[in-house]
Amino acid sequence: MSETPSSNAATESSKNAISKFLKATEIDTRLLGMLGALALIWFGFHFYGVIFNNFGAFLTPRNLWNLSVQTSSIGIMATGMVLVIVTRNIDLSVGSMIGVIAMAMGLLQVEILPQIFGIGHWAIWIVAVAAGLIFGTLIGALHGWLIAYREIPAFIVTLGGLMVWRGMAFLSAGGRTISPVDSTFALLGGGPYGAVGASLSWVIGGVACIGVAWIIYSGRQSRIKHNFHLRPKWADLMLGVVGCATITGSVLLVNSYPWPKGIVRQYGAKIGQDLEGTFISHGFAIPVLILVAVGIAMTILMTRTRFGRYVFAIGGNPEAASLAGIDTKWVTMKVFALMGTLTAIASVIASARLNSATNALGTLDELYVIAAAVIGGTSLSGGVGKIYGAILGALVMQSLQSGMVLIGFDSAIQRIVVGMVLVMAVYLDILYNKRVK
Amino acid sequence: MANTGTPLVELKDISISFGGIKAVDRVSVDLYPGEVVGLLGHNGAGKSTLIKCLSGAYKAESGKVFINGNNVVINNPRDARDQNIETIYQTLALADNLDAASNLFLGRELISKAGFLDESKMEAETRSIMARLNPNFQKFDVPVSALSGGQRQSVAIARAVYFDAKILIMDEPTAALGPQETEMVAELIQELKNQGLGIFLIEHDIHNVMKLCDRASVMKNGVLVGTERVSDVTEDDILSMIILGKNPKVAA
Repeated sequence: MSETPSSNAATESSKNAISKFLKATEIDTRLLGMLGALALIWFGFHFYGVIFNNFGAFLTPRNLWNLSVQTSSIGIMATGMVLVIVTRNIDLSVGSMIGVIAMAMGLLQVEILPQIFGIGHWAIWIVAVAAGLIFGTLIGALHGWLIAYREIPAFIVTLGGLMVWRGMAFLSAGGRTISPVDSTFALLGGGPYGAVGASLSWVIGGVACIGVAWIIYSGRQSRIKHNFHLRPKWADLMLGVVGCATITGSVLLVNSYPWPKGIVRQYGAKIGQDLEGTFISHGFAIPVLILVAVGIAMTILMTRTRFGRYVFAIGGNPEAASLAGIDTKWVTMKVFALMGTLTAIASVIASARLNSATNALGTLDELYVIAAAVIGGTSLSGGVGKIYGAILGALVMQSLQSGMVLIGFDSAIQRIVVGMVLVMAVYLDILYNKRVK
Repeated sequence: MANTGTPLVELKDISISFGGIKAVDRVSVDLYPGEVVGLLGHNGAGKSTLIKCLSGAYKAESGKVFINGNNVVINNPRDARDQNIETIYQTLALADNLDAASNLFLGRELISKAGFLDESKMEAETRSIMARLNPNFQKFDVPVSALSGGQRQSVAIARAVYFDAKILIMDEPTAALGPQETEMVAELIQELKNQGLGIFLIEHDIHNVMKLCDRASVMKNGVLVGTERVSDVTEDDILSMIILGKNPKVAA
């Protein structure tokens, strides 16, 4: 196919132009569908507020910033759940694992480490996080070992895990809540201090834009080198512009959400200046940056490494994968261990955000994580799934939930809506797949 | 032509059983370079099971495998590949959700200097081998589930041929193919044979056996009925070996 100038496409009938456009830019139509659903939810809740409450609270910097923080922990776990589901497994235990890992980290940093290092020592949060990550990885590896090498179905192993780890979370401190956590640790959960501020957000945005440009450029060079079909120049250019515009837009958004007055005053008192009335931007929240980093790392893992290729191969045809010499059991075990690591990261964020560890932390999260992965296009029959889809799925789930909170639905109705949306989303997905075939 | 010297492959007294039933019972077959040996028998005769002991899918309970006269142990598909044994399975063993290049290099991906998958190189290599095997093949960027039976078959064959196999196992390679594609496979077998490969061919079609094979080994109920030079016997002889489980030459 030769290059198609956009002016040509515009003269065609509109439907033809759209399909040509999609073909040229190679955009996943499922991605567009999800963005459409997201826009519908966002504008829907906003204008519902405008009409019935005389105030649209959804599309405000404050709400969207909070939404980004709330999405982080589910989003991080959803990227791991993609691998689990792609290999035809399931993990029902992630919510309980959040609880037990949070309790372990909480006890460590509040009751054990201060006795060793002294209260408020700088190393406490590092040791606590490292221990949490190791603990999570070991739990995941244990699940994976039972599933892969002892051949117990994943559903049963992780259903058992759901109960065992929640019980352990309670027993670990006799049901007490451990609070407050280490002050540096707490930054990992977001909040005014747990955000990077305006200038650093611009730096991050700039680096991200360069990254987008580099990906498009190097992809083009690689296609030229091997004589493959090239995207038309305008399509590459447009993808770059849209990508950078999105990044710039989100930087502007997070920078237009100021610190609350009380925090500004508190901060002013701490550094000995009168900051009354100063506009201090939040910038990107740390948990959101962790989510983005995890998303990028997981995408590279899934699309650019042997491990990712084997995960997909096992999901597509386990027998073929093993005949191709892939150690399917070892890969499965690693998938669950990785799920454990990611759950530990999510646990850090969730307990830091709450500034405490409670044994009920993460209750029902497994369902939101699975729902996020499935809404994001991960097929429960295995073999198909995308990392960015799962993160968008988490954003959709969280948008629904926070939107309903904003307009004052109570939690019973929230659950009904989320449940119905999940079923509808999967049904639409089935219809979509039938039409594609 | 008489087979002299060391066989390329020698399977000696191979036995394997499943749930107390002997699927393969002390079977010995051999294969020389540049030779096609047909494996025949009813469904459930043990042909595929025997061959899976060579390809590493199963582990023989007893018996020995010799490659070029050396006793080797094959515990898994990787061991088989290390011996330059490639297999085209009846089921094709393709991951349906992956594209042709990913399937061709599955388990042996090309890695770039940075340690990542070298997708472009793999696709380019796939394009060049497919151009040789099946010039009409153009669907490089879709999952193999979107391919026709013949196209899928050519991906599976490309996988075996690409990695310079010395020993090729083909389990009913033409079962899902039309006449034209069957002819292509026959030509390919001839070409590979001329290159000095040894080929085990599991085949039901007696005409194909007579046409393609040098020798035929017939199995029934897990035991070897006999191995005959195809030029020395008639179709009827082989059919009676398959059906009656008796070697007419021995009986006569």
